[in-house]
Amino acid sequence: MLNEPGTYLPVGYLPILIFLGFSFVFGLGSLVFGLLLRPRRPYAEKLSPYESGIAPEGEPRQKFSVKYYIIAILFVVFDVEAVFLYPWAVAFDMIGLYGFVEMVLFIFILVIGYVYAWRKEAFVWD
Amino acid sequence: MVSLDWYVVLSLIIFFIGMFGFLSRRNIIMMLISIELMLNAVNISFVAYSHYIGDMAGHIMVFLIIAVAASEAAIGLALVILMVRNKETIFVDGLKELKW
Amino acid sequence: MQVPDLIPVVPEILMTILVLSLLVIDLFIKQKEYIAVYTVVGSLLVIISVFYCTGVTFKGMFVADSYSIFFKMIFLINVIFAAIISVEYLKKRASLYGEYYVLLVFATIGMMIMASAGNLIVLYLGLELMALSTYVLAGIIRTDGLSTEAAVKYFLLGAFSSAILLYGISLLYGITGSLDIREIGLYIAKEGIINNKLLLLGLVFFITSFGFKIAAAPFHMWTPDVYHGAPTSITAFMSVGPKAAAFAIFGRVFMIVFPALSGSWVNLLIPIAILTMAVGNIVALAQTNIKRMLAYSSIAHAGYALLGIIAASNEGLSAMMNYMLIYLFMNVGAFILVIMLNNQAKVGDSIHDYRGLSKSNPLAAFLMLIIMFSLTGIPPTAGFMGKLYLFMAVVNAGYGWLAVVAVIFSAISAFYYLRIVMFMFMNESIEEVKLSLVDVNGLLLIIVVFMVLFIGVNPQPFVELARLAIL
Repeated sequence: MLNEPGTYLPVGYLPILIFLGFSFVFGLGSLVFGLLLRPRRPYAEKLSPYESGIAPEGEPRQKFSVKYYIIAILFVVFDVEAVFLYPWAVAFDMIGLYGFVEMVLFIFILVIGYVYAWRKEAFVWD
Repeated sequence: MVSLDWYVVLSLIIFFIGMFGFLSRRNIIMMLISIELMLNAVNISFVAYSHYIGDMAGHIMVFLIIAVAASEAAIGLALVILMVRNKETIFVDGLKELKW
Repeated sequence: MQVPDLIPVVPEILMTILVLSLLVIDLFIKQKEYIAVYTVVGSLLVIISVFYCTGVTFKGMFVADSYSIFFKMIFLINVIFAAIISVEYLKKRASLYGEYYVLLVFATIGMMIMASAGNLIVLYLGLELMALSTYVLAGIIRTDGLSTEAAVKYFLLGAFSSAILLYGISLLYGITGSLDIREIGLYIAKEGIINNKLLLLGLVFFITSFGFKIAAAPFHMWTPDVYHGAPTSITAFMSVGPKAAAFAIFGRVFMIVFPALSGSWVNLLIPIAILTMAVGNIVALAQTNIKRMLAYSSIAHAGYALLGIIAASNEGLSAMMNYMLIYLFMNVGAFILVIMLNNQAKVGDSIHDYRGLSKSNPLAAFLMLIIMFSLTGIPPTAGFMGKLYLFMAVVNAGYGWLAVVAVIFSAISAFYYLRIVMFMFMNESIEEVKLSLVDVNGLLLIIVVFMVLFIGVNPQPFVELARLAIL
């Protein structure tokens, strides 16, 4: 459903604005009230990240293994292809068998890519 | 009322922020993010025009741009990994073996 | 739902089947040479199919006309050459991966789609398929820092330029209300462009982005680095393929979309063409690495081919197409020789390594001589004929002075092309350069040189082919 040019947006969005304002006030309010109400008695052990007696070791910002990146790259590629499934699903009753065959072909090509990544051991962790 | 002009101006601003980021940053990850910003500015303008004209071609284009941007990001990240292995830096200043 | 006519897309479908089967075969086969053979055979079959599959389909989004057939022929010959010359080269570097051929074919599919694009969506998809594959190909030698550096530079600038192209497309879409190239052309012919600043901005974005793709100055900065760092076989592939594809788009878009305002874009393109020829030819004089020198020479040749677009006539367009075909042969010829010297004699890429080639292998030196003559544009080689037609088209379009400028730059180019010849024939060799022509690369080199001479002596059929392709 298209609106007239120049008149679109933002009619039904007032509840969202109210919701946004409420969640902002609530989040900030809890923090401020907590700060005001709670007792505050700091000492050295309490301020350390782990109170259980183990001295913290190394930088908090650690290097990730490159393996994570490879999995993430594969995820990005295969994940975004789902974007084409939604319009297809919405318009399915209009495009019929032809659309179905097209989508089967699309998924078939994706599966070849998946099998390729699999056989090339892209999913092997060690 | 929000007219088309606002969307066009918004997308132009985001596009040039992305362009500035690409040209001024030296970290490849940041440059990739800047390119992503430029592509999303294009998406905004496509959707706005598409809505204004009442034609769905713009929406189709946006879907395809999203998919292509994902593959572009994948290749970009793979190249970053390659660069870390071969050059041990992610800054473009490290790319100085080839000159003139 | 009406099933669209699939006949015009058959070559692309066949190529896709080829590439998917390559992917699967790669998983089960150890000898990657067979994959190269399969690629070559498959591409040859597709060349035949290209000539029989014409028509317009997908509601005008995909146009398989004689114009696109001509370019598809160039792309397919290019991929066959690239597949053949790659085998030895990559084996020497322990980088013979099956993915390599898959990506070559993917890039070729992208180029074929670009040549047939009747809609800016299709244009963009073809462009990205081609570009993304070539980024990876440039960095395919994973252990080589130079290759990685080339790939990263190519990727960053390529992605940047395609973002600019997309913004140009979105402006055109917003103003004309269509992504169909023909409809955009109709709109512009009706409304004009003078009082529409956004449309002009879209045009500028278009030219900028394709300037990147064809390596026109001042957008040429990536070219020498990428051509130098990439594997030599890939340099040969991408100095013709993507460039010809971008010229195909250039021709189609500017002839259909903007013919009514040829005055405004010709004025933009003339300085670009002059600058491109100047940068390419003058900076090439200072190069001592042959791959870098050929990179600058490819910038210069893009400048010459731009003249065909500037002429803005059918004659100019067919001269540009003809030049692309000729450039394919002479450029691949030069790179085959570089690769053969690399493979067999372990010589580097410096032009000093070519000293005394004529002593050890006179035939190879003679073939290189012909190719260098052709690149310079000396008769009776194909390069001369290509340039002749281009310059004639520019003169007939009323830019006689531009042709004079181009001839002067051609004369400058003789210095650096013939310097290699001089090294080969005049100088004593420091160490013995042994080269045998008895292998598949040598055979290919002889075929290519034969084609260069054949087109040079008998250009008529090829010019006629290009002329028919326009109509």
